[in-house]
Amino acid sequence: MSDSALSGSPAPTARTMFAALQLDTRLLGMIGAFVVLCLAFNVVTDGAFLTPRNIFNLTIQTVSVAIMATGMVFIIVTRHIDLSVGSLLATCSAIMAMTQTVVTPEWLGLGLNHPLTLPITILVGVVAGVLIGAFHGWLVGYLAIPAFIVTLGGLLVWRNVAWFITNGQTIGPLDANFTKIGGIGGTMGETWSWVFGIVAVLAALSLQYVARRRRAAHGFPVKPFWAELTISGLVSASILGFVATLNAYEIPERRLERMFEARGETLPDGMTMGYGIPFSVLLLIAVAVIMTLVAQRTRLGRYVFAAGGNPDAAELSGINTRFLTVKVFAIMGGLCALAGAVASARLGFSTNDIGTLDELRVIAAAVIGGTALSGGIGTIYGAILGALIMQSLQSGMAMVGVDAPLQNIVVGVVLVIAVLIDIIYRKRTGE
Amino acid sequence: MTAPLVEMKDMCISFGGVRAVDHVSVDLHPGEVVGLLGHNGAGKSTLIKILSGAYKADSGEIRIDGKPVTINSPRDARTHNIETIYQTLALADNLDAASNLFLGRELTTPFGFVDDDAMEAETRKIMGKLNPNFKKFSAPVKALSGGQRQSVAIARAVYFNARILIMDEPTAALGVHETQMVAELIQELKKQGLGIFLISHDIHDVFQLCDRIAVMKNGQLVGTALTHEVSDDDVLGMIILGKCPPHATPGPGALVDDTALG
Ligand SMILES: Nc1ncnc2c1ncn2[C@@H]1O[C@H](COP(=O)(O)OP(=O)(O)O)[C@@H](O)[C@H]1O
Ligand SMILES: [Mg+2]
Repeated sequence: MSDSALSGSPAPTARTMFAALQLDTRLLGMIGAFVVLCLAFNVVTDGAFLTPRNIFNLTIQTVSVAIMATGMVFIIVTRHIDLSVGSLLATCSAIMAMTQTVVTPEWLGLGLNHPLTLPITILVGVVAGVLIGAFHGWLVGYLAIPAFIVTLGGLLVWRNVAWFITNGQTIGPLDANFTKIGGIGGTMGETWSWVFGIVAVLAALSLQYVARRRRAAHGFPVKPFWAELTISGLVSASILGFVATLNAYEIPERRLERMFEARGETLPDGMTMGYGIPFSVLLLIAVAVIMTLVAQRTRLGRYVFAAGGNPDAAELSGINTRFLTVKVFAIMGGLCALAGAVASARLGFSTNDIGTLDELRVIAAAVIGGTALSGGIGTIYGAILGALIMQSLQSGMAMVGVDAPLQNIVVGVVLVIAVLIDIIYRKRTGE
Repeated sequence: MTAPLVEMKDMCISFGGVRAVDHVSVDLHPGEVVGLLGHNGAGKSTLIKILSGAYKADSGEIRIDGKPVTINSPRDARTHNIETIYQTLALADNLDAASNLFLGRELTTPFGFVDDDAMEAETRKIMGKLNPNFKKFSAPVKALSGGQRQSVAIARAVYFNARILIMDEPTAALGVHETQMVAELIQELKKQGLGIFLISHDIHDVFQLCDRIAVMKNGQLVGTALTHEVSDDDVLGMIILGKCPPHATPGPGALVDDTALG
């Protein structure tokens, strides 16, 4: 971005005005591709694709892969790869399933559906994931075994460790509170969703305001005021539009009746209620915010990108790149546990094949989202959008009735084309 | 005379079978510029990388202000106020100038988050002094010209109050005008009392800037000399043939030339 574009040329053209917004053109391209994809599926499915119901389902189907994709960004940015995430998810899921069905109710004597079961289970799962991830990171960072090999081994090991933990059985039903983080079984309801949406809008606006004021205080160039307003408007509209859509998906009458019965009330005539934001999506949003904060505002994040951009330079700057590798894989492990919690909660039980092939989906999401395998480049929001695009493609094709083998062929081709477009884009912009 | 700022005594390091640095001793005083000369592969970069903590010597002793120190990592070197401009610049291409300048020493807010605005402000300040033409503060350094990248690397070395500055071919990527700016900077830093090791291939630079020279060949020290006591030809003879002229102090790598004695 040149400085002349910031101060604005005397005769504003559409081009200079667009430049003044200082938007991430790569992100815009992805959003554009996503919108086109959705509209196309919507036409082919006679409007069934862009219904609140389908959007709701798409969102909850994306969460598990998206959570892991945020961690994969760090892994790939530091020039590593993690092929074990699907298996690690399975091991964490198995550990959490055993924790909530055996450990807390029987060993700890808390009984079934105790309120402490959920936090204990998540804690145990995340600790296990972090430890296993850190172990991978230690093998990669300190023993210098290529990450490809360590995690290829991990792919086999953890899938089958999961099998031993559960004796090959499907474990369930899971804790009633636990299953609420899976998706449709746990949502915020309309009112709280609006509250959340408004808080999110206020937070976004104040962040934007604070950033602008700080830049101005340092005397750095700032965007023109109208550009800031345009961005504020777009961000607010997107957040509130998202909430409105999820609220518009109404809880079926029968289910609503049962909910009221459970509280000893009867459903008033003609009353409808929307689902609102699922707790799993809330978890994804929290993960996205924290991971973005780590990436952009902490030393750890800065070192991740520095080590990815030039490992020697990072080392010569006094960064402990080996320990950094341990941390990055540990984060990945923790996120696999969270993803495992969401995935098993959505199913209501933990199966042996849970998370199978997720490593490919997660890597594809990160890469479609603009993470460069050569290292040093990638964004959290890109990876989440990448996961959403992958899921939309898959669900859309399923709705249209494309055979499963053909679906996979299309996804594979799209992955390769997406990376090709990315390479061409980066060459053009010299990024 | 007080103790030298830096003394490296009998330094050795080998990579596999290659003795990259073989019993080399050099020293450096405050306010002094010592030129390290030698062919490509002579071991100059390796020698200074031992001092900057990038490599660990197999044997030898490093003293700073007369006291023995151990330098096991770049972090150790930094705590001794040793700053280095590497031949490869050691910049993370994907990060902007400020992130590179403060890499490993980020300024943080009271909450512990990196303070990009403060770092950009400091970077603008120092760049205003070093290279007033520098404007691309938000671009990744990949997008900068060779000279601009070099000025980022130089800014990083001089920003943190170095006492000992190592410059490994700092003008290799620069044009005439920028080279002149670096020369002026070296003279300015020298006046402030820094000790500087300067690696350069440009004999003219060396004679203009250095108080002393140390010549290496095949990992060994050919000799050291006061710049004003030797000629261009003497220095070239040291570099190419390993021949030590009369006014120089020979090192282990000096050619023992029986025929010259008659
Ligand atoms: N990391 C390394 N691994 C193996 N050999 C090295 C390494 N660094 C330097 N060398 C070898 O050490 C010798 C001296 O190299 P260097 O110090 O870069 O020379 P100069 O800077 O004088 O051109 C060369 O033979 C080089 O190949
Ligand atoms: Mg060199």
